[in-house]
Amino acid sequence: MLNTLAGIIASSGGAAAGGSYESISTVTLTGTQSSVSFSGIPSTYQHLQVRVSGNATGTGGGFPDLLVQFNSDTTFTNYASHTLGGDGSSAYANASVSSSSFTGGYVGDFRDSTTAVSPTAKVIDLLDYANTNKNTTVRTLSGWDANGSGQLRFVSALWMNTAAISSMTFVIRNGTNNIASGSTFALYGIKG
Amino acid sequence: MPSTYTPIATTTASGSSSNVTFSSVPSTYTDIVMVISCRSTVSATTTQAILVLNGDSGSSSYSRTVLKGDGSSASSYRESNYSQMYFIDDIPGASATSNYFSQSNVQFQNYSNTTTNKTLLARNTAPNHNTEAIVGLWRSTSAINSISVSAVSGNWASGSTFTLYGVKSA
Repeated sequence: MLNTLAGIIASSGGAAAGGSYESISTVTLTGTQSSVSFSGIPSTYQHLQVRVSGNATGTGGGFPDLLVQFNSDTTFTNYASHTLGGDGSSAYANASVSSSSFTGGYVGDFRDSTTAVSPTAKVIDLLDYANTNKNTTVRTLSGWDANGSGQLRFVSALWMNTAAISSMTFVIRNGTNNIASGSTFALYGIKG
Repeated sequence: MPSTYTPIATTTASGSSSNVTFSSVPSTYTDIVMVISCRSTVSATTTQAILVLNGDSGSSSYSRTVLKGDGSSASSYRESNYSQMYFIDDIPGASATSNYFSQSNVQFQNYSNTTTNKTLLARNTAPNHNTEAIVGLWRSTSAINSISVSAVSGNWASGSTFTLYGVKSA
């Protein structure tokens, strides 16, 4: 899967030796935004990781879906996802394949600001993102807990395009909630 | 681009202590990640691991949601208002097969901010037993400056390793 020990360790949470895990760009919102974007992503890394901490806007107790759109592609037939989740009562599995409202790859839900100080955490891995012989597979671990409610999700998303990823845009799927102020999206590159 | 994912501290257990503490955690990173390979000396097949942040063990400030698969079924459950965080549900004890160690990777994102409560994400594997993920909440807006990790029963077995890394965004 990964062709260096440093990359394997970094992708699974350990230390990357010799500077192979680098911070590329960070967005910390100072106001609400409808989307967060990274552009001009260099193709010089082996893998990418996005680390997210934040909330959606709103106080209705919801947890709308967060999507990632690659290279400005919003064509829903180019995206699919599979989820294994737990809501504190039961485990569940679901999928979306060419679903019209999924105009990007699903990367888990995003708790709204009802309990404004309980952020959703995500670790999103994109392996071999610059390889032009592979469609892009995205691996996400996402979760939030609000002391009596919560969601945990393992998500696999697919972008059916072999282009190297040069940009990504995160949006809320329902078009109603926005991304709340204070949310942080940090992009890292892992060298191979 | 600035390199990051920096080792902050590491400890290898000798078998004589039930607790490992990372104290004086610097506030200069964006996230911290704790990576653990562990086993307990308890005379049982399995036990659990708990953590306490900033010495907070009496305020019932911890809660969690769990997703687990044991090879037969997948399950999810929740606990609220606990006085410590149960972050690994299955650690091999002395009665487990020799050389079995559970692995845990715990993410503390935005750990040093003083605006939000603290969310942790744990991804755990218990050898020949189960795999699980846990999302936990510490209802405190304090910056995390110490992490104390304990086996619920027994001491940390010799060879158990605990490493803390800092991840700094640009």
